[in-house]
Formats: sequence, C-alpha cells, structure tokens
Amino acid sequence: MSDTFIRTAMLPPQLPPVTERGAVKWVRENLFSSWLNAGLTVLGVAAVTYLVWLSLPWLIHGVWNGNSLNECRASIAANFGPDAGGACWAMIHARWYQFIYGFYPPELYWRPVLTAALMFVALTPILFSDNRRVAAIMLAAVAVLTILALALVQMPAWLFVLCSLGMTGLFYIGTEAPGRLIWVSLLYPFLTFWLLWGGSVWTPIMALAGFVLLAQCYSLLNARLGVVLATAIGIVAACLWWLLVGGIVAASAQALLPFGLVPVESDRFGGFLLSFVIGVSSIAISLPIGILLALGRQSNMFLIHTLSVGFIEFIRGVPLITMLFTASLLLQYFLPPQVQFDLILRVVILVTFFSAAYNAEVIRGGLAALPRGQFEAADALGLDYWQAQRLIVMPQALKVSIPGIVSTFIGLFKDTTLVTFVGLQEPLRGITTIVRADINWKGIYWEPYIFVGAIFFAACFGMSRYSLYLERKLKTDHH
Amino acid sequence: MKKSVLFGTLAAAALLAGAASATTLDDVKARGVLNCGSNTGLTGFGAPDANGNYQGFDVDLCKAVAAAVLGDQSKVKYIPTTGETRFTALASGEVDLLVRNSTWTFSRDTDLKFDFVAVNYYDGQGFMVKKTLGVSSAKELDGATICIQTGTTTELNLADYFKSNNIKYTPVTVADDAEAQRQFLAGACDAFTTDASGLAASRATLPNPGDYIILPEIISKEPLGPVVRHGDNQWGDIVRWTYFALVAAEEKGITKANIEEVAKSTQDPEVKRLLGLEGDMGKMLGLDNDWAKRAIAANGNYGEIFEANIGSKTPIGLARGLNALWTQGGLQYSPPFR
Amino acid sequence: MAMAVETPKQGFRLGMLLYDTRYRAVTIQVIVLILFVLVLGWLADNVRSNLALKGKDIDFSFLWRRAGYDIDQQLIPYNNDMTHGRAVIIGLLNTLLVAFLGCILSTILGVFLGVLRLSKNWIVSRLVGVYVEMFRNVPLLLWIILVYVVFSEVMPTPRDFKPIADGTAKAHMWLWDSVAVTNRGTNIPLPLLDHPLPRIETSFLSLNTSAIFVLILVGLSIWVNRVLLRRAKVVQEATGVRPVTWWKSLVLLLLPTVAVLILMGFHLEYPVFEGFNFHGGLNVAHAFTSLTIALTLYYASVTAEIVRSGIQAISRGQSEAAFALGLRPGRTLALIILPQALRVIIPPMISQFLSLTKDTSLGIAVSYLDLRGTLGGITLNQTGRELECMLLMMLIYLCISLIVSAIMNAYNTSVKLKER
Repeated sequence: MSDTFIRTAMLPPQLPPVTERGAVKWVRENLFSSWLNAGLTVLGVAAVTYLVWLSLPWLIHGVWNGNSLNECRASIAANFGPDAGGACWAMIHARWYQFIYGFYPPELYWRPVLTAALMFVALTPILFSDNRRVAAIMLAAVAVLTILALALVQMPAWLFVLCSLGMTGLFYIGTEAPGRLIWVSLLYPFLTFWLLWGGSVWTPIMALAGFVLLAQCYSLLNARLGVVLATAIGIVAACLWWLLVGGIVAASAQALLPFGLVPVESDRFGGFLLSFVIGVSSIAISLPIGILLALGRQSNMFLIHTLSVGFIEFIRGVPLITMLFTASLLLQYFLPPQVQFDLILRVVILVTFFSAAYNAEVIRGGLAALPRGQFEAADALGLDYWQAQRLIVMPQALKVSIPGIVSTFIGLFKDTTLVTFVGLQEPLRGITTIVRADINWKGIYWEPYIFVGAIFFAACFGMSRYSLYLERKLKTDHH
Repeated sequence: MKKSVLFGTLAAAALLAGAASATTLDDVKARGVLNCGSNTGLTGFGAPDANGNYQGFDVDLCKAVAAAVLGDQSKVKYIPTTGETRFTALASGEVDLLVRNSTWTFSRDTDLKFDFVAVNYYDGQGFMVKKTLGVSSAKELDGATICIQTGTTTELNLADYFKSNNIKYTPVTVADDAEAQRQFLAGACDAFTTDASGLAASRATLPNPGDYIILPEIISKEPLGPVVRHGDNQWGDIVRWTYFALVAAEEKGITKANIEEVAKSTQDPEVKRLLGLEGDMGKMLGLDNDWAKRAIAANGNYGEIFEANIGSKTPIGLARGLNALWTQGGLQYSPPFR
Repeated sequence: MAMAVETPKQGFRLGMLLYDTRYRAVTIQVIVLILFVLVLGWLADNVRSNLALKGKDIDFSFLWRRAGYDIDQQLIPYNNDMTHGRAVIIGLLNTLLVAFLGCILSTILGVFLGVLRLSKNWIVSRLVGVYVEMFRNVPLLLWIILVYVVFSEVMPTPRDFKPIADGTAKAHMWLWDSVAVTNRGTNIPLPLLDHPLPRIETSFLSLNTSAIFVLILVGLSIWVNRVLLRRAKVVQEATGVRPVTWWKSLVLLLLPTVAVLILMGFHLEYPVFEGFNFHGGLNVAHAFTSLTIALTLYYASVTAEIVRSGIQAISRGQSEAAFALGLRPGRTLALIILPQALRVIIPPMISQFLSLTKDTSLGIAVSYLDLRGTLGGITLNQTGRELECMLLMMLIYLCISLIVSAIMNAYNTSVKLKER
C-alpha cells in the first residue's frame, strides 16, 4: 500500500495576466488592438485635446455680466491680461428672451410657455399611447417644469394658481384615464391659436364649430351618401360656416359675452417661438394632406395617381428656399387681387406643402411595409375602401410611419432657420442680426451662434432619441 | 390634424381685412395702422431695439406719416423686408410705404412702377480702407479685394467705376452689413464699399476707428428716399408733403419742443398754413388741417430726427453734409407751402 | 349542383355612376379633373388680373439684356457686359459644381466615418458618434456660417506671407508652395494650356473644347481598358491563366491623355506672393470653400448613419463565414460586407444626393453666387421680374433634381440583386 495523493483542496484560481484583465485588458482590446487602432486612438485623443486647448480658455474667460461688448472686452482684459480672448455671454444674459420669444410682449410670456407645455400634454396620448408609466412620468415632468417656468415669467398671481391647478388636473387625468387626454389633443390647435394670437375666445370656438358641423354632416349623411360625398358636403358646409356665418356669430357672441386675451400681432413673433409655430403648425396641417397624397399615389386611378406624383415630385424637386421666396414674392400673384395674407401665414402654407410631400413619402413607406394580407383581409370582411383605410390600413401604417414623421419634423424644425431670408426673425440669423444692429453688441459673432446651436441641438437630439426608441419598439420581428 | 383651422380662420380674417378699397389712404384709415416696410437691422436707420420697438432715421419718417394720417405715431406696423423682398412687398400692397434706404434710380422709378416721392438722405458710395494699406485714393485700388453687399445698387456702381477707370478688382460678396464689417475687420478684403453713411456708421463702431480711413472718392449718387406704388398720387403726395413739412419745420425753426408755442405766437403766414391755422391744406391732401403739426410733433423736425438717430452726438456720428438745409450749404429744400 | 344565378341585366342608371364600382372610378376622376382645371383656371386668372393691376407682363426678354454686375466665381468667361442669361448659366454652373463636389466628398468622408463608427476602437467609435450627432442635430445654415467665419477669422492674412527681416514669414503655403489659404480666399494652381483648341462661343454658353476633348479622351481610354480587362477575364476563364495586363492598362489609361496634354502645352500656374497679395493661380472665394466644406461635413454625418445601418443590416453570419474562410477583416469588409450593404445603402443615398443638391441654395447665407444668387437674387432684384425669375429658377432646380434622381436610379438598378 502506498499513500496516494489526493488533492482535497483546489488551488485558488490565479488572476489572469495583467494584460488580460481590468483596465489594461479593456484598453488593449478597445484602444490598441492593432497598429491601425493605436494610430486612430492617438489621432482621436490628439484631435480632442487640440479642440479643448483651443476653445477652453475662450470659454472659461467668459463674462456673464455687462452691458456691451466693450465692457466684456475690458473685463476680460482686466482679469486675464490684454491678449486673452473670451466669450461675452453677457449678450445672452441681456437678450436671451428675444432669442426665445422674439418681440412677444414680456408680460404675456406665460402664453407661449403654456402653449409649449400643452403641446407635450396633447402629444402624450399619441406618442406614448401604450405605455402608461412613461406617459405618467412625461406628464409629471411637463407639469413640474411648466409650473417652474411660469413662476419665472411675469403673470398675475391668480392666473399662476389657475394654470398650476390646470396642469395638476391634466396630470391627474393623464394618470387616471389617459384616454381622456385625446380631447386635449383635439382641442389643442384651437387653444394654441387663441393663446398665442389672443383676441376673442369666440373666434376659435366658431372655428371649432365648423369642424363639429363637418363631423355632424358626415355622420348624418355617411350611411345614405357614402364617405366621399358626405365628407364633401360636410366640407362645403363647414367652409360656408367659416366664411359667412362664423365671423358674424363670433362678433355678436363677443358683444354679448366679451371674453378674450390681449391680441398679439404676428409680427411680434420671433426667435424659437416662430420656429416652433411654423414647424408645429406645418407638420400638423401637412399630416392629413400627406395621408391623402400617399393614398393618391397608391391609387390605381390614373388621374389621381398622376396628380399626386406630380405634386410630390415637384415639391421634393425644388429647394425649400425657393418655396420660401415663393411665399414671399410669388404667392400674391396666385391669389385674387386685394387678398392679403400675413407673411407668417404664407410661409406656413408653403412649408405645409413642402412637408406634406415629404410626409406623403414617409406614409407611403408605411403603407408599403404593410403585408398584402391586411388589405385582402379587409376586402374579405366586406369593408369598403374608406372603411378599410380607417379601420385596418391607416392605424398600422401610421404607427410604422411615426419615426419617419418625427425625422421629417426634425428636418423641418432645423429648416425653419431659412425663413430669415424672407425677413422673418428666426433665432439663428434674424434675431442675431437685430442684436448686432444694437450699437452695444455690434461685432459679436460666436456667442449667439453657440447659444442658438445648443438649443437646436438639445431639441433635435431629444426628438431623434425618441424616434430611435420608437423604432426599436416597433421592430417586433426578432432575429 | 384639426390644426388646419388656424389656416381657416386666419384666411377668413385675411379675406375680410383684405377686401380693400381703391386708395391707399382709405386702406390705411380703414385699417387704422400704417404698414411700413423697414430694414431688419441697420444701425441708426432702422432696427428694433431691446424691447422690439423699431427705431431709426427711416423709422421716424414712418412715424411722422402715421402721425399725419392716423393721428398717432405708434400706429405703425413695421414689416421687415430684405434687399430681395422689399420691392415685391411694396408692389403687392403688403406695405403702404417703403422706407428702407432705397436708392432712387431711373429703372426703379419707371420699370418697377414705383414712385420715389422724396430724398430723405443724400448719400453716395464710398470706400473704407485700413490706414496701413497706404492708399489715399480709390484709383489706387487696382487689384484690390473689395467687400460688397449683394442685391443693391452698390455692386453695379462698383463695376461701372472700375470699368471706367480701367482698373481691376476682386469682389467678395457678403450677405449683409454686419457680415461685411466682420470680413473687413478680419482683413478678408482690402476695402469695404457701401453708402458713405454706412461706412461712417461702421467706422464709428470698429474697435480702433482711427486705424481706418474713408477714401475721398464718392463714386455714385445715392439719393435714398421713401417709395410708394406708382399710380396712387394722393398717397404719394401725403408722404412727400409730410416729409417736406419736416424740412420746412427745420427751415422755420419749429421743433418738437416749441411747436405749441410757435402755433400760438407765430405771425408768419407760411407757418400758419403749415400748422393748419390758416387755409385748409389738409383737406387738399385728404387729411385734416392738423396733419403737419402732428407729424412735426411726433419726433421733431428733419434736423432733430437726424441728430437723434445718426447725428454727430450719436455713436454713428454722421455730419449733415449734403443733408444740411439749402440755407446752410446742403441739398435739403422744401417747396413752399402755399 | 351549384346554381348559376344570372345577374339581372339592367340598363344604365345615373346612380350607377356613384354606386357601381365599374363607373365610380371614372366619375371620381372626371370630378377631380374638373376641379383641377377650375383651380388652374382660377390661379391663371388671378395671375392675369394681378399682372394687369401692376401694369406688368410676362416677358423673358430681360435674359438678353446687359447684366451689369460682377460674379466672383466663373467657370466660363463672364464680365458685366454680358447678358443676364449668361449670368444665369454662370450661377447654374456654380450650383452644379458645389453639388458635384459635395456629393463626392461627403460620400467618401461618410463611408469612412460610417465604417469607423462600427470600429471596435472605443474612443474612435464614440468620437464619430459625437461628430454624427453634432452635425445632424444642428441646422445646416449654422454650419455654413460657422465654417465661413472660421475661414475669415482664423486663416492668416496675405500680409503674413510676406517675409520679414530675417527671411521667415508668419504663414507658409501648403503642399510644396502650391496652395495658399488666406483669410480672403484660397489660392490654388491654375491649369493652363499653351496651345488650346478654339472655344465655341455663343451668347449664353462658352464651350472649352480642349477640356471636352481631354474628357472624351479619358473616357475612351477607360472604355478601351475595360474591354481589355474583359478579354483577360475571358482568357482566364478559358485557360485558367490570367494574362498580365497591368502595364497595358497603365499605358492605355495614361499615355494618350498625357501625350495630348503635353502637345497642348499643359502647365500649372502657381500663385505667387507679390506686393500685398497673391497673384497668378486661381483664387477660390471662401463662399465656395465654406459652402462645400459645410455641406460635406453635414452630409457626411448623414451618410455615415446610412452606411452604418447598411452594414448592420448584413447578418453577422456573413462576416463569420468570411472569417471562417480565412479572410482578413479588411478583405471581409471590402469583398463580403460592403457589396451587400451597398444595396441597402444606395436608395437612401439617392435622396441624400438630392437634398444636398437642393441645399446648395443655402449659399445665400454666405452670398455664394449660385443659381439662386444670380437668377433668384441679383437678376431678380435688378429687373424686378420676380414671377419669371422664380418660375425659371424652380424649373431649373426641378430639372436638376430629376436628372440626378434618374442617374442614381439607373445606377441603383444596375447594382440591384438580379433575382431570377
């Protein structure tokens, strides 16, 4: 018998070699895995260092308080030596409100703030329809931010309390019965119009009444006359109402029950408020037009197909800037003499055409993504064309199209900066020019661009992240 | 989706508002607001201030017209126009009056169907260079790089001038006044050309004004003035004589401060006619008899408006020069109020 | 047994126009046609009455009148005595030049960045990510203005090139003293011919026959070279041995062009610093450079995203299979991934090229005298013919867009997977 050696305890596992663990491994694998990679890493680090080295002194020498560029320069020279360069953020400090609100009366800033907040509330049931938790978080954030923002702008105390209560109420509705918020979405356009432009409350109510009339005509006549005819009659009735009756009724209602906000002329609109108004109203109005154009393009009726394709390709073939110049120079020629539109309204009309063409292509993509079986199933159920579109096709196609529509909106929002070339005061060049025309700020260049660029970045980055999130959620096919 | 109502109501409102009558005067009176085509940002001549109120030499003429026609100088809606959109805005009726340092030229007056009713600023195109360039005349600018704003008469004048003197240049086209100034300051061009008033204004705001000189040559005549549509003579007369009232007020020494006093004490029959104490000149224009008095009371006479916005006490610091009264060697001259 | 029900034979009734699907399409189209014609007529009538009211007419004769303004960048000869029509052509060529360069450069940079975005190198992929997000989420207008400002603020003035006392200068020319970047423009060597062919001059266009001749020659050489390669392939497939072709290709591609260029007396004129400024060579304005660079940078970020998603759309199995075959990562990318990804990438790239072409009109921000700057800018302003100028400009842009998309679609069809 001999003793056999049986190991009873395992050796403690040794650590991997120093190059294969921890930070070193990570660095080796991720930064220096090959000569090429090492070179790229060094190049990248060098580029970043160079940029920081170039801009950091300028940024940290920044001056936040001052009344003119010369004061800024003097202050920088006093603190950092005569050759030091530095940012003059004092300009932003002094004029930030013009970049945001344009020339909107300062005592009425609460109205744009409320409009922006309500937009998020109105969008919640559309964008986060299937996730109550996200919707609730979103609403809570909006409510808190709105109340904070309202606290910062001038407004009467009772109004502040009322608005705060309103926002809280909306939050409560949103958490208890999110479906109800769709009413906010439907009322939102009228509310926005009234809040931003002010004036008698009866004007938007009468406009709304026109739509109610349309809906009534449709539901009454639909069964007897079919969708197209019912809608056509509804539209004619609504137009008659708006053009002939609505104005008179609104005026007499205002005389009986005067209630309204201080009117604000649209030439007071500027800065990001203007970008917002042009962007949001164009995209909202262009959606139904885009849907019709997309359907028209899919249609097998030759004439309708041709007209849709012609419109879409024409609009997509010319630059936005020519559309804006059309709004400014040419639209008058195509309207009856003596009819005058506000420049902002003309720009909104042309930008709407523009985004309608782009939305039509996005929605066409959504329609194409729908399996053929869906159309056939709808036919098999005996649904007619419009029923199939309304109940089967559009809900699915639109859902798929939302990321594309959001991208269109991002592009459009960025492109609203081009309205400066027809003399509107958008933030990037319009307001900047005005600020520079002030003798105190003549000669300031980088600061306004950085400020406006940062805001655009924040807004567009946020929206593109949302679009990505949605895309990932919609991607239900698994690989 | 229901957003299209914004369109609908606004369109309806616009239709109602736009159902206009024949003459500009009736339009303005019915609207209660004067639509004035203005610059979007030219220091001293027309630009909104920190509160969004338009101010400047050109803007004050709009205010005077509004005061004469509507009785309130604040009843003006300023419509920002760019070099490209200004004439279309006027032709289409979007603005009633364009005061945006526009040069009176033959083709604009005839071919574009406008009327230049007066010259509120006699200007001319000049050059600004750095002192260190060692140039003392524009004729020495052979081969120079010159910053020039597009969409104005200046580029045509420049081409003509260099052609007639048989010298060459490289144009650097820039979008606006501020951009031209930045380029010039950075040394991207040897010379900066624009109206002499603009040059002086730019020079005044440069970090070291003494380092720059404005060359003596004035290569063009630039009579800048208010523009109205061709064919509405009544409206043209109103703008023209409102302007002349301001000039006449300076000739007669009537200022914003002393106008009431002068009105009470004056024995001068022309002043009496001007201020509406005698005769009915206002009626002939389609206005009331106080029109000129209100126009002068709004922001003072021509000299006061000049001094307040662009005169020697402002940072822009322009001398009266050609724009002095004819009695003081200038060109500003009002026909008699008779 | 199924009963075949006879459909009741009915005469045509008016209601059938609406309820019978056979006729409804016709009814709807007729109504739409009537509405469309009515709207067109209404618009035309409005234009007519507006023109009458303003005492104007539609007249394109201004295109033949003297323009009177100068353009700082001209691809074909132009001076201010020439017509507005000629100025429009100059503008159009400037638009096309920026669009062409922008498309090519942004594609190269974009593909490069898109590949780097997927690099395993953490820092590089993050940096590219930051770059892409930064450019995509900020208006293009801002980038154009910023690049322009950088050029005129950061670059040295011509004076800095002047040697000071000890013989050194503050700034130096690049690329062996051939390119000088100053804050008033970029000076590059100008190719010149001693014995050029005569130009063909018409009032609107001027054709440089020498350039066209050389281009045709290059095209011919490439075509002959392709024939050569195809022959070599046939031989290779038949015998298994590929004939040596590289020197033949080289001779074919280079010799004719070089010979013709030498015969014509080709040489470069270099910019030289004299007095206060650079003389000779070609002075490229910063408006052009900054517009091209900004468009390139902006659209490269968009292209990078397209390339990234294109590459990611190729299933991992493809690259794993390639690795299993022993291909190196670089060859895998070039031979396996990119050819497949190309099919996903091309359709969105078409719309990128279209957008880029249209966005050249943003040159307005830096007063680049492109089609909008001449026809839709100065010419419009000097002649006051906004209706004619705008319509003509839209028509030209539309044609450019249609041509670009036709070319790209043809290319797309040629690389599409041929399904059998």
